[in-house]
Amino acid sequence: MSFVSSLDRRRTSVRWGLRGVQAAMLLALVVVCLGPLLWLAKSAVTPTQDTLRSPISLWPNGPDLSIVTQAWTELGLSAYLVNTVVIAAGSWAVQVLVATTAGYALSVLRPRFGRIIYAAVLATMFVPIVLLLVPLYLTVLSLPVVHWSLVGTYAGAFLPAGASAFNVVIMKRFFDSLPREILDAARIDGAGPYRLFWSVVLPMSRPVLGVVSVFAVLAAWKDFIWPLIVLPDPAKQPIAVRLPSIAPTTDLSVLLAAMAISAALPILFFLLFQRLFLHSEGLEGAVKG
Amino acid sequence: MAVDISRVSGPALVRGPARRRTSFVSGLARWWRGSAATVVFLLPMLLVFGLFSWWPIARTVVMSLQETNLVGPAAWVGLDNFRTVLSDPLLPVALRNTAVFAAIAFVFGYPIPLVMAVVFSSLRKLRGLYACLAYLPVVVPPAVAVLLWKTFYDAGSGGVFNTVLGWVGLGPVPWLESADWVLPSLVMEATWAAAGGTVIIYLAALTTVPQELYDAASADGAGVLGKVWHVTLPHLRPVLLITLILQIIGTAQVFLEPYLFTGGGPSHASLTLLLLIYEYAFGSTTGGGDYGPATALSLMMAVGLALLSWIYFRLTRGWSD
Repeated sequence: MSFVSSLDRRRTSVRWGLRGVQAAMLLALVVVCLGPLLWLAKSAVTPTQDTLRSPISLWPNGPDLSIVTQAWTELGLSAYLVNTVVIAAGSWAVQVLVATTAGYALSVLRPRFGRIIYAAVLATMFVPIVLLLVPLYLTVLSLPVVHWSLVGTYAGAFLPAGASAFNVVIMKRFFDSLPREILDAARIDGAGPYRLFWSVVLPMSRPVLGVVSVFAVLAAWKDFIWPLIVLPDPAKQPIAVRLPSIAPTTDLSVLLAAMAISAALPILFFLLFQRLFLHSEGLEGAVKG
Repeated sequence: MAVDISRVSGPALVRGPARRRTSFVSGLARWWRGSAATVVFLLPMLLVFGLFSWWPIARTVVMSLQETNLVGPAAWVGLDNFRTVLSDPLLPVALRNTAVFAAIAFVFGYPIPLVMAVVFSSLRKLRGLYACLAYLPVVVPPAVAVLLWKTFYDAGSGGVFNTVLGWVGLGPVPWLESADWVLPSLVMEATWAAAGGTVIIYLAALTTVPQELYDAASADGAGVLGKVWHVTLPHLRPVLLITLILQIIGTAQVFLEPYLFTGGGPSHASLTLLLLIYEYAFGSTTGGGDYGPATALSLMMAVGLALLSWIYFRLTRGWSD
């Protein structure tokens, strides 16, 4: 599965040319992609004066681990991290709930108006997010009919994430690909729609659920503009929203330590689940439309 | 659903009239339970999409024609909001900056993931390591990435980039302080942050190239570069066409970088359309609260982007095969 055949590799010019390009690419990746993060990690334990005087050198006066604890306690990072986790968990729950139930209803139960509903979901994919920002805020400020305000609540921050057409498409396509014989067999054995969903369809959907889940959590962790608008109270803001506002008044090394903490968790999460991020066949299908 | 169930209870029907009636009643009951279940399963989506997608979209159109202060009832003002936006001297500035940002992002940001994916796919080993490194910036929260790059771009002695440039006798470059440099600087960070995601899409598409095509090209005497040019790239064309329009739509809505790096400065040199919308609605400098003009501009942008995509797909319709 490559444009380089074993015959090509036997030619010296090709082999060395290829090795050169690959080595140069690896070097570029390490410097450009990993480099900034290593610099962040280094600077998180380097006193501000050292970072300012010689930003590239390695600890002219030795690393200072107390900066990390200082950032943790003085900036109250634990509270913001809890906010982030709550929002990410809520965002994950609503996205998985909406995507699985909707995908199941549209793919397996197939209601009469299913096609129209699916088209209405698909249509939202083509609406730029910009169009939604202000009216979404005003909707969350006063929900239709009940007139509750979700501004300043975690729910206001994570519930809109559930309206992801992308997730519904991935789920529906995956359910469409499940072997119908198994579903029919379960029905003949007397499984109703709920049991079919819970005991047959969901357990078969683990791979795609994993993909939807990791992207849902990462997106919630990365989100900035929506929580910024909907959570005006700093005590409820996630760490990503909080950092830019405390940046101007915080000592550089302490800020860099806080940034390192805030970046370390999603990086760890990515490294743990990298298979789901990097080999997401479900996404490929959805992108190809 | 109803059809499936009647098929399942089919054998029971032949047993006799009495049996048929109970079967009909229980069939009806099952049908009702079935469609009730359908409603139950559709409900989360209908609620969430209705509240947070369909209703706000419909509301945009209404709100762009209204003036509202959120306290009293909204007043119909016809096309006044559109007039306000179109006569705003900042609109052409924001439009130009957004177009320049999208153009630079296209020239630099579009080919990079493609080159990366092609080189990655030539690897027999370590492809996972390359992909992992390339994806790392994508998982960094954008707010952290921007703050980090801000210290890199620092014009003072602590600026990482200017220190490095100083070693080879260049600079210092006023990365974020000069009107000429600010947009390229923002594009550079945005490309760093986003390229990995596109690489993964291309890599996935590259694994679907049939090996026979490469073998046939080899048999015809094509070298490595020949195969990339005549087999790999044509095979990627449909994906490339989609990622291109997605990138244009995405960069047209750039907000985070100008908002966090410069707040639109220096002297509006990085003010983008989305930043202008944000300023109308939530801005601190103007006081915000101008929801009418904000939605009017959103609507115009959305229509503009929809038109652009439509023209794009019409023009490129024949290119996918």
